[in-house]
Amino acid sequence: MEAPARPTDPSVEDVLLRPLLHTGRAYYVAGGLLLSVILFGAYQWGLQVYFGVGMTGKTRPVYWGLYLTNYVFFIGISHAGNLISSILRLTHTEWRRPLTRAAEAIAVCGLALGASNVLWHLGRPELAWMPLVHPQFLSPLVWDLIAISTYLVASSIYLYLPLIPDVALLRERAVKPRWLYRLLALGFSGTPKQKARLEKAIAVMAVAVIPIAVSVHSVLAWVFGMTLVPMWHSTIIGPYFVVGAIFSGMAALIIVMAILRKVLRLEAFMRPSHFNNLGLLLLVMSCVWAYFTFAEHLTTWYGNVPDEKAVFDARLYGEFAPLFWTMVAGCFVLPFPILAFKRTRTVSGTVLASVFVLAGMWLERFIIVVSSASFPRLAFNWDHGNYHPSLVEISMTAAECAAFALFFLVFVKLFPIVSIWEVKEGREAEAHPAAVL
Amino acid sequence: MAIDLDRCTGCEACVVACRTENNLPVAGAEQSALGRANEWIRVERYVEGEFPNVKVRFMPVMCVHCDEAPCVKVCPVSATYENPEGLNAQIHPRCIGTRACAHACPYTARYFNWWEPAWDSPLEQTVNPDVAVRWKGIMEKCTFCVQRIARVKDTAKEEGRSIRDREIQPACAQACPADAMVFGDIESQESEVSKLAESPRAFRLLEELGTRPRVIYLKEGDWRGSSGTAD
Repeated sequence: MEAPARPTDPSVEDVLLRPLLHTGRAYYVAGGLLLSVILFGAYQWGLQVYFGVGMTGKTRPVYWGLYLTNYVFFIGISHAGNLISSILRLTHTEWRRPLTRAAEAIAVCGLALGASNVLWHLGRPELAWMPLVHPQFLSPLVWDLIAISTYLVASSIYLYLPLIPDVALLRERAVKPRWLYRLLALGFSGTPKQKARLEKAIAVMAVAVIPIAVSVHSVLAWVFGMTLVPMWHSTIIGPYFVVGAIFSGMAALIIVMAILRKVLRLEAFMRPSHFNNLGLLLLVMSCVWAYFTFAEHLTTWYGNVPDEKAVFDARLYGEFAPLFWTMVAGCFVLPFPILAFKRTRTVSGTVLASVFVLAGMWLERFIIVVSSASFPRLAFNWDHGNYHPSLVEISMTAAECAAFALFFLVFVKLFPIVSIWEVKEGREAEAHPAAVL
Repeated sequence: MAIDLDRCTGCEACVVACRTENNLPVAGAEQSALGRANEWIRVERYVEGEFPNVKVRFMPVMCVHCDEAPCVKVCPVSATYENPEGLNAQIHPRCIGTRACAHACPYTARYFNWWEPAWDSPLEQTVNPDVAVRWKGIMEKCTFCVQRIARVKDTAKEEGRSIRDREIQPACAQACPADAMVFGDIESQESEVSKLAESPRAFRLLEELGTRPRVIYLKEGDWRGSSGTAD
């Protein structure tokens, strides 16, 4: 597919600001549908709060279930957002320009949604503030709280900083609501001094979010890894979670981009070459994920410790085998050939591979949480895969997916989803290479 | 606490006594089948061998009150802690229900209140006034009948004497018809439990994990709970 003719600068703004200025009927229908899914989830969760956590499918010994799965999954997705954006920014990769905003938005939204699962999960959600006031610092859950709140602040700043010049543009154009843009623009008028400061701040944040992002998912993994539960208690679990996070996040980014480009007609900005490049990155992550998974399971199998072997057997041949092999297919077997060949590394090809990866990675989180929890060390307490998510857990999962979509629905109405000033800057640099540096 | 597995008949009198003493609500058949019946002490059954040469082993398991308790470390709000006497205690009003301790415990000895506890009439009249009724959304577990320990301590103090060996009887130990459970002060040289701890038959459950449990099991030959198959 050939990219459409390159728009000149005025039309860059026009195309990218169009979603902010015009809203169709379909928009409200979609918003209403998503909102009703969220409201149903809220109603179900209200029942859970009223009657007790017994409303979920959880039992002894599977005390953690779908909420924790979503917790890890959504926070994982949020990673790629920031990591892709910051790494590409720091390496001055030119093709990043139309992608960074969407990636940073995924980061903030995924993180907030993922973290919210703690609240849905707690036995007494009304006391969720307790760890803030009475933290017990030996607990990995408190480390997690610190890491996630740091990351939420950092990624919000990292989303906001590159947004400032675009907000200033919206203020100049008197787009409504004016008070919002006047407030958020912080008096930015694009003077060289302001610009230099802004770029410095962005560069600092781009460096800062990388270690923070890695630490967040490591700590998340350690919530599991610090316990003595078979196959949670492993040294690889931290890096394994980080790799999985980047992997699933890239897949999410590809899917989000494909939808945005279709719905908002951004084909001129999010070009097939972007999908090709992201597809290559996804391919690399798929291989790394497969290697980690293999290494983890080979070590367990060879060691043959009965407690761990019970989980291993359940995963590979037992109760969890259908899920496990679906996961292997979704994360590696299916996407690998699609992404390996240039002919299939097209927009639709990478989107298809990403759908497989997202499904596979969600299953991976589910299997890690539930299969280990099902086989505690004293065999009498084994729960042979009896955990089945209940209506409240499923509707809350649906509500979270709906909230993710709704976030983007609102975001594209308030802010340009492609960074206008960065795209313009890129075009200028391309036109006058000597002018930059 | 020492538990002699060679004496245990698997009668579950300890389970019933514990339930009555500590106000464990009736879960009902349906919830029990889901695994939601709370038993601060349970009799684990392990079947060894192939039919017809089958041997069933019983093992009462409760919170073993580890000296290095994994549950204490993971709680984000210090709702579980080790008290100066070495009991691992759960502070119910402080618990927020993360259930992290439930997974951290290698003995699966911690229980969660899935629902608001309820007793069908007239069972509500059997509720023990010495023990708090817990509420939905929090963890609970064996306390070694801390209310009985407190009572004996008070009596001994009033009478101006020290506590006699085996004077403190947790409900399970008191109910055991085979006299398989002995509770006492392991640091006292004279106590029966400290003598039993020296027995060549003595072992501690999953002691290879380094949790240093305070419950001692006695059994001819070796025993490891996680080998063999559950029924």
